[in-house]
Amino acid sequence: MDALYGYSLYFISLLTMGGIYAVLCLGLNVQWGFAGLFNAGIGGFFAIGAYVTALLTTAPSARHIGGFEINTLVAYGLSMLAAGLVAWGVGKVCLRLRSDYLAIATIGAAEVVRLIFKNETDYTNGPRGVSAIPKPFETLPEPWNHIAFLVIVLIAVAIAFWALQIAQRAPWGRVMTAIRENEPAVRAAGKDVEQFRMEGFVLGAMLMGLAGAFMAQYLKFVDPNLSDPLTATFLVWVMLVVGGSANNKGAVIGAVLIWTLWSASEIVTGRLPDEWAVRTAYARIFLIGLMLQVFLQKYPLGIFPEQRPRPPRSSRESA
Amino acid sequence: MYALYDFINFHFIPGLVLGSIYALGAIGVTLTFGILRFANFAHGESMTLGAYFAWSIITLTGWHPMAALPIAMVLTAIVSIGIDRGFYKPFRAAPTIMLVIASFGMMLMVRSAIQFSWGVQLKSLQSGIQQPLILFDAIRISPKHLIIFGAAVLLMVIVHLILSRTKMGKAMRAMSDSPELAKLTGIDTEQVIRNTWIIGGALAGAAGILLAYDTHVETMMGFQVLLPTFAAAILGGIGKPYGAMIGGLIIGLAEELATYPWIGDTPLVSPGYKAGVAFVIMIGILLWRPSGIMRGRTF
Repeated sequence: MDALYGYSLYFISLLTMGGIYAVLCLGLNVQWGFAGLFNAGIGGFFAIGAYVTALLTTAPSARHIGGFEINTLVAYGLSMLAAGLVAWGVGKVCLRLRSDYLAIATIGAAEVVRLIFKNETDYTNGPRGVSAIPKPFETLPEPWNHIAFLVIVLIAVAIAFWALQIAQRAPWGRVMTAIRENEPAVRAAGKDVEQFRMEGFVLGAMLMGLAGAFMAQYLKFVDPNLSDPLTATFLVWVMLVVGGSANNKGAVIGAVLIWTLWSASEIVTGRLPDEWAVRTAYARIFLIGLMLQVFLQKYPLGIFPEQRPRPPRSSRESA
Repeated sequence: MYALYDFINFHFIPGLVLGSIYALGAIGVTLTFGILRFANFAHGESMTLGAYFAWSIITLTGWHPMAALPIAMVLTAIVSIGIDRGFYKPFRAAPTIMLVIASFGMMLMVRSAIQFSWGVQLKSLQSGIQQPLILFDAIRISPKHLIIFGAAVLLMVIVHLILSRTKMGKAMRAMSDSPELAKLTGIDTEQVIRNTWIIGGALAGAAGILLAYDTHVETMMGFQVLLPTFAAAILGGIGKPYGAMIGGLIIGLAEELATYPWIGDTPLVSPGYKAGVAFVIMIGILLWRPSGIMRGRTF
């Protein structure tokens, strides 16, 4: 019975992390899947969201600024706002250039974000990070506290998924698809391509900021390594490419699937003798990288390929 | 006067040395960006790989790092061609952004392969402390820095000769300027691509070895210099190898000079933010002159 209880707790934590990654992955889907923008610094927006919630909700401490006692929901909103603002700044510089420049600039922005959190020790406690972050419903008895937090994350995934499904089918989403397929035609139709790209980039970054806010609460701790390019950026790319770009269902299922693989393989490698445990941990990264390459080359559409909305009935009749 | 020597010893000379290393790395980035038309995120890991190859050669033979350099450069170039065959060639006809994703994945794959094979402990290419050479009683140059700068300049001269005097170099520059026109004139584009990886990979390997010779061998070293290397390539102008050399020197100098106490007694930029200097310069150049110093290509 104890083992079963342990397994269910593991299952809850797996789903919670999977849900947080699903929010990240939906954010990347807006940027890459919808708008065709390459973000190589997902971890930066994620860390901004995490730190904003951490610093705004944690009790006063001598080690960092705090004691604002902001309501959790407001903190979520401010996390999204902060990530969105930084994305707007990066976008202002790079969106007029080809996506390679955006990729370089975002990886740089994530690095600068990490430097700021690491060096501004008076505000953020530097490399030692912010701890004792309050988590919603944590006073409930075990396992209900874990379940309650999982429900919050799942509600966020559901809302984001539902909203993006509508957005993708709405005129806004169709313009996004059109920009990816034939930019000059969209320009000729009088659409402000830069404005649409900016909207996609900022909206995606806001979702990443929200995922960061959840992560801060889930771990109850944040430090500058949260923007780690491996776990915060690379893994999310693998999730989206494997799940299927420009498909929200693909983003969510890809996130849960890859997180399960990643987390389960950690259990296996963790049980090996010490020397092998360290080595196989790197082999695991190599294999997940190889998986990305195989999907890119052999199944570029992912498990759930992009689905185009059907043309309206009237246009089909006239055709 | 004392302040001037301090400036030269602790900021200007290290800046030149670092800048020459960035320059070598940036040549490869700018060539692949110009010829294959994508930002190669795995370039930093080629540098790391070169350093580890050199470390293995030195451990096996006990040679001086500079004797191991050519062999490690060849090995890095071979790996670069292999990676191109396996992971970049399938995307020749695809949108170049696919190559960016593939190279981003390659960055993690190469790094984890290095961590798997060599472990993550710090290693050094040469042990022991060297006495610095003292010029004019005040200027101190470590012999290491002289060797690094000399080797980097020598390699840049060789690149210059290859690009300006050989048929292969001309073909490369032609393809960087206009791939369609280059194809029409009968240039073998696959051959040019292979040469690009050889030169870019070998120079990346050299940059990694020189960086490791200056500091130490570490698995994250390539990633840490990736951003300054990109910044140098963009600053010099994409597709312009000479621009990359100038850009590299400027970025290296800027990073070291930024921590000099220009105003008052405290460093202008706190050393913790040194890595951010390249980013700020890059954003500036993207805002005001995206084509870079040498009027390179903008996409």
